[in-house]
Amino acid sequence: MTDLVIIGGGPAGMSAAVAAYQKGIRDILILERDHHLGGILQQCIHNGFGLHKFGEELTGPEYAWKYEKQVKELGIAVKLDTMVLDITEDKVITATNSQDGIFQIKARAVILAMGCRERSKGALNIAGTRPSGIYSAGTAQKYVNLMGYLPGREVVILGSGDIGLIMARRMTLEGAKVHAVCELMPYSGGLARNIEQCLNDYNIPLKLSHTVVKIHGRERLEGVTIARVDERRKPISGTEEYISCDTLLLSVGLIPENELSGRAGVSLDRITGGALVDQNRQTTVSGIFACGNVLHVHDLVDYVSEEAEIAGKSAAEYIRSISTEDACKTEEVRIPLQTDGKIRYTVPQLITEKKDVTVFFRVADIYSNISINVYNEKGEKLLSRRKIKAAPGEMENILLKSDLLCNAKKLHFVLEEM
Amino acid sequence: MTRELVCIICPRGCRLKIETEAGKISEITGNGCPRGVKYAQDECCNPMRTVTSTVRCEDGRMVSVKTDRPIPKDKVFDCMKLLNCVRVDLPISIGDVIIEDAFGSNVMATQNIGVEE
Repeated sequence: MTDLVIIGGGPAGMSAAVAAYQKGIRDILILERDHHLGGILQQCIHNGFGLHKFGEELTGPEYAWKYEKQVKELGIAVKLDTMVLDITEDKVITATNSQDGIFQIKARAVILAMGCRERSKGALNIAGTRPSGIYSAGTAQKYVNLMGYLPGREVVILGSGDIGLIMARRMTLEGAKVHAVCELMPYSGGLARNIEQCLNDYNIPLKLSHTVVKIHGRERLEGVTIARVDERRKPISGTEEYISCDTLLLSVGLIPENELSGRAGVSLDRITGGALVDQNRQTTVSGIFACGNVLHVHDLVDYVSEEAEIAGKSAAEYIRSISTEDACKTEEVRIPLQTDGKIRYTVPQLITEKKDVTVFFRVADIYSNISINVYNEKGEKLLSRRKIKAAPGEMENILLKSDLLCNAKKLHFVLEEM
Repeated sequence: MTRELVCIICPRGCRLKIETEAGKISEITGNGCPRGVKYAQDECCNPMRTVTSTVRCEDGRMVSVKTDRPIPKDKVFDCMKLLNCVRVDLPISIGDVIIEDAFGSNVMATQNIGVEE
């Protein structure tokens, strides 16, 4: 029996481990499938990480090292090259690596920190042939930054989220020609800063409301046909344009990796793709917590670390409470949070304690001059916050004070345009 | 004359407005912090960029690196050429200087490679 098993040794897993340790838990084990800690940060060699958390602008690996160093110094146990195959509702974890073979661990508490995978070409159904030269942006990033290979020389990128923008710059710096970044939506999902330093700096055209409609090439990609799309994101006939290229990078969405969570009986939120959690980041299975990108896709790793601290501290408290058989809760509190269509989701989705809680959320579209309002089940407005602008690509947060929670059995989050 | 640009110093991406009169900057607005002012001034006459890239180690692995301060924007590709010529001995740790005085900056490692072995 291990007190705390953490699945994933990226920024979320490491931060959760350190937080649990600082709350007195010593029997911790991090299971990581890669041969090093740090998760996706190891291949994010650009800077922009850590400004909130450390007041410095760090590259991904430097940010990861801040936590890896603590994990090492605290002597927290880590198994690398270890793949978790299964986890049951009573927290029996089955994992495998080449040293231990297949083994099982029973845990008192589990923290899910598996991160995301990228949406694949198969999910997009682009017509045409199936040549080589088509990669997800993250795969291309791994090839370039970790393995030192240039995946191609004439590039088109589909998707203007930050990964696509960063790779536009990276490929250009390594000598490739990026012909265009196409974005299905009429706006980019990436940071304005990245449009500037990754596209404008290199005169790479950003084609909004465009998508790739056909792939050409027998063995290797030879070109793509792109087209403008209408308000319903359907290609407009007659707007087709052929771009000769040998590489297509797809930056079309991240999907939280929750296959294991499902096996443990954890209920998922259809919109986030991650677990339904309360303010302690505890899932619907008692003693199983979730944090980081596996819970909801973040923009800034600084917030991942903070969220993981909540999960780590809560897991520590949980472990102590079951060990001492505390009857902890004096009052049964169960406040669900609901959103209108304009606010896509909130994390947490449930509040189970009357204490201050910061609620994170994303809006469904680009809005200007709005107010975010929180109503209770009686329709009484409990909180209102004005915002000059909000965009889907920027996660927001709002603080709910404990006295506000005393007036509510349900909370409705509504976006009102002024 | 008015020029609008997005500050790249931090992820906030403040929209800056730069007023120039007779080729000189008269006013800078829109910055969320003092660093934006310096960015706007530099951008107008001497744009600078930090370079983050990778360098090959002696055993074929890659180590991520960065210039420890921004270098002139028009020297970025020259910097890349320099980085692609280097072979780094192992072990290498975060902060180790790989190239001194590259276009006014020092190129340093941002990853530990071969440190535990």
